[in-house]
Amino acid sequence: MSNYLKDRESQILTKGNDAAEISCDKKSLAGSVSQRACVFCGSRVVLYPIADALHVIHGPVGCASYTWDIRGSLSSGPQLHRLSFTTDLKERDVVFGGEKKLYHALIELIDKHQPKAAFVFSTCIIGVIGDDVEAVCRKVTKEKGIDVIPVMSEGFNGTKKDGYKIACGALSKLVGTNNDYEAPKYSINILGDFNLAGELWILAEYYKKLGVEIISCMTGDGRVEQIRRAHKASLNVVQCSGSIMHLAKEMKEKYDIPFMKVSYFGIEDMSEALYEVAKFFKDDEMLAKARELVTNEISKLLPALQPYRQKLEGKKAAIYVGGAFKAISLVKALRLLGMKTVVVGSQTGNAEDYKLLKDLCDEGTIIVDDSNPNELSEFVKLTGANLFIGGVKERPIAHKLGLGFCDHNHERKEALAGYVGMMNFAKEVYASVTSPVWKFVK
Amino acid sequence: MLLRHTTKEVKERKALTVNPAKTCQPVGAMYAALGVHGCLPHSHGSQGCCSYHRSALTRHYKEPIMAATSSFTEGSSVFGGQANLLQAIDNIFGIYEPQIIAIHSTCLSETIGDDLGQIVGKAKDDGRIPEGKHVVQASTPSYVGSHVTGYANMLEAFVKYFAFKTDEKLRQVNLLSGWVEPSDMRELKRLAGLMDIKTVLLPDTSDVVDTPMTGKYQMYPKGGTTIEEMVSMGNSMSTVALGEWGAKSAAIALDNKCKVPFSMNDVPVGVSATDRFIQALSTAGKVSIPEIISEERGRLVDMMTDMHQYFYGKRVALFGDPDTLLPLTEFLLDLDMKPVYIVSGTPGKRFTQRMEEILGDKLAETKFKNGPNADMFLLHQWIKEEPVDLLIGNTYGKYIARDENIPFVRMGFPIIDRVGHSYFPTVGYQGGLRILEKILGAIMDKIDATAPEESFELVM
Repeated sequence: MSNYLKDRESQILTKGNDAAEISCDKKSLAGSVSQRACVFCGSRVVLYPIADALHVIHGPVGCASYTWDIRGSLSSGPQLHRLSFTTDLKERDVVFGGEKKLYHALIELIDKHQPKAAFVFSTCIIGVIGDDVEAVCRKVTKEKGIDVIPVMSEGFNGTKKDGYKIACGALSKLVGTNNDYEAPKYSINILGDFNLAGELWILAEYYKKLGVEIISCMTGDGRVEQIRRAHKASLNVVQCSGSIMHLAKEMKEKYDIPFMKVSYFGIEDMSEALYEVAKFFKDDEMLAKARELVTNEISKLLPALQPYRQKLEGKKAAIYVGGAFKAISLVKALRLLGMKTVVVGSQTGNAEDYKLLKDLCDEGTIIVDDSNPNELSEFVKLTGANLFIGGVKERPIAHKLGLGFCDHNHERKEALAGYVGMMNFAKEVYASVTSPVWKFVK
Repeated sequence: MLLRHTTKEVKERKALTVNPAKTCQPVGAMYAALGVHGCLPHSHGSQGCCSYHRSALTRHYKEPIMAATSSFTEGSSVFGGQANLLQAIDNIFGIYEPQIIAIHSTCLSETIGDDLGQIVGKAKDDGRIPEGKHVVQASTPSYVGSHVTGYANMLEAFVKYFAFKTDEKLRQVNLLSGWVEPSDMRELKRLAGLMDIKTVLLPDTSDVVDTPMTGKYQMYPKGGTTIEEMVSMGNSMSTVALGEWGAKSAAIALDNKCKVPFSMNDVPVGVSATDRFIQALSTAGKVSIPEIISEERGRLVDMMTDMHQYFYGKRVALFGDPDTLLPLTEFLLDLDMKPVYIVSGTPGKRFTQRMEEILGDKLAETKFKNGPNADMFLLHQWIKEEPVDLLIGNTYGKYIARDENIPFVRMGFPIIDRVGHSYFPTVGYQGGLRILEKILGAIMDKIDATAPEESFELVM
């Protein structure tokens, strides 16, 4: 591996050859073609799905333009989150400050849309020109009587992960503000599901069958009122831990709500999630219901997967996704389809996740943190992968290399969670890997 | 109804843009730089900017878009981004091996006062720029202008850096293009080729963001204006510049530096603007217009004649960038349509002046606005006041089109929900035909879908 930026060597390892731990949680090198985004992006994607809140982006126009309705987070009701509001700062504002503009924008928007709460995102230059966003938010909160929450997400202030943390901070300002609510006996919050392609609704169905009430989901199909009373739940069930673990930890400390890390992707992880929740409530009836559900679903699913598995057996996959925890589920799900993971990496994985990944993967698998197109295409060539799983920037690269592709990010069009999601995943992978178009490429 | 919040009454807004009809400068600089061969765009700012711009262009072209970033940290925002940029230059030349790094700034680096020229100068003095390699820089603060401004600034930077005048006189014409698609760039070259004029087109994104599938990934595809070509622009006979917003500053810079005179033209959208473009090319290249081009023109005019009844009197709302909106408005008038609402987020006083010229007294009812508060929300409010029969603009128009049930033709940047723009031009007479095909298709599909059974027509 000589062809990479020298300082990146510690962020790439091959299982079996490299003994050392992978190094992660590092800032990207200046000059690299990184697939990563910024702090603002992290905060924006976490809070975005809260559909009845106002999301105002304080800064020049770009940050609002690029994040206008880009995340396929579905809402069953309000669609306010899908509009794009920005103070659209100009040169004048950079010199004289943008506080007044922000104040007027907020007043105007709150009067018009009557949102349940408002999030105000600070972009890069806000920190530099010294706008006191927090003060403006306090003032508007007072005048309008709704929570106007500053999200201090200046892009340069860390990595996308730090943006997640800031978003968690914003959420925690809402959590616990409604005490006039009695939670049912078995109640949970779902943390870290963003209802892409309606995945939350699939999960809600399962939990309903178990007799578990979902108090709030943070943040898929999110509502301000539900978040306010989230502290009444008995358990936090955390998916996509990278983005929302901070909140789970804080709620544990503040409200003594335990949390468990789950994944809803693939048969094993989905089933385990349901069993774990049932075990948590120590209710035999619930456990029996979970068993019934799982048995039922699997007995339908496994035979249905068989034909796909037959075609996919022995094919190789490369994975490059946002968080490493998701990658773990993907490796397992691919195994279920008879596929081997030969490259796996993430933008923002942490040491613990990478360790799990290393344990899980076969010898020779390349594991990488914060990669770039050159590396990825090199790895793919090296390993002879047939499929790439990634996001928007990876898709065309995979296709140019003649690989099948599955979007496991914001642009997924089919739900991939739950048992039905596993079926969709199999179909999508099968369709892409066996597409007749590849015969024209050789 | 996704846009159920839009009210009919237009109220003066002080401080707010809702659903912007523009984006920020750096993405334009990135796009322009992709039109230069062997060039890696570099974003001097936080990581997110670069990531957003790459995603936006990737979604639009369904192609890998490569660009590097200075990856600002909190430290760089306090102490300046010089260290990051110097390290970036080292890393990029070391690993990605481009011929050129085209650096553009961001709102952050501009606000903290980074001077790109000074930093690049230091890189040169330190010997960080290898022999035969180049670093070009453009200042593109996001709080000034729009994505089109960034495109223009990068273009100007290339011309200033590379074009060089010697005693050699070249029998060639420079084509400086405003922001159009790779398909359009290809079409511009084809037309010049038909006229037997040797041209240098800058930028040229054909064969860069529309590359064929080969099973290989190429970081620097074969297309793009080469260094040699850019240098030679200083010795060209003249320059034909297309689009005031995108190409004028570069044309002026070239004139100032190398005394290459230029003619300023609209982007050739529609029959009248293409006529002027062909005339300008023929004047610049000192050639007559070949029959084959007259025939292309004739086919476009023929379709305009044949289908006039479907165009006549239709009210159209359009939004996008001035360089295409102006000739498109003119084209719609030539079709006997009524461009009644026109919005561009890109500022510039010339817009009003030019629109008034084009509209003349033909259409007193037309409302148009550009710059601050000229956004999709305003356009929607106008449409709610009095509906239109057709909407033309980028993908973001689909919300309005759906809510108001308006036939919708996609043109502009970005188009992230349909394909074709990379491959089929909208410039030139051929492009005109495609625009007509799309307009008619959209209008007629609605007629077919909504006509009562008794008046559902086979022949249209």
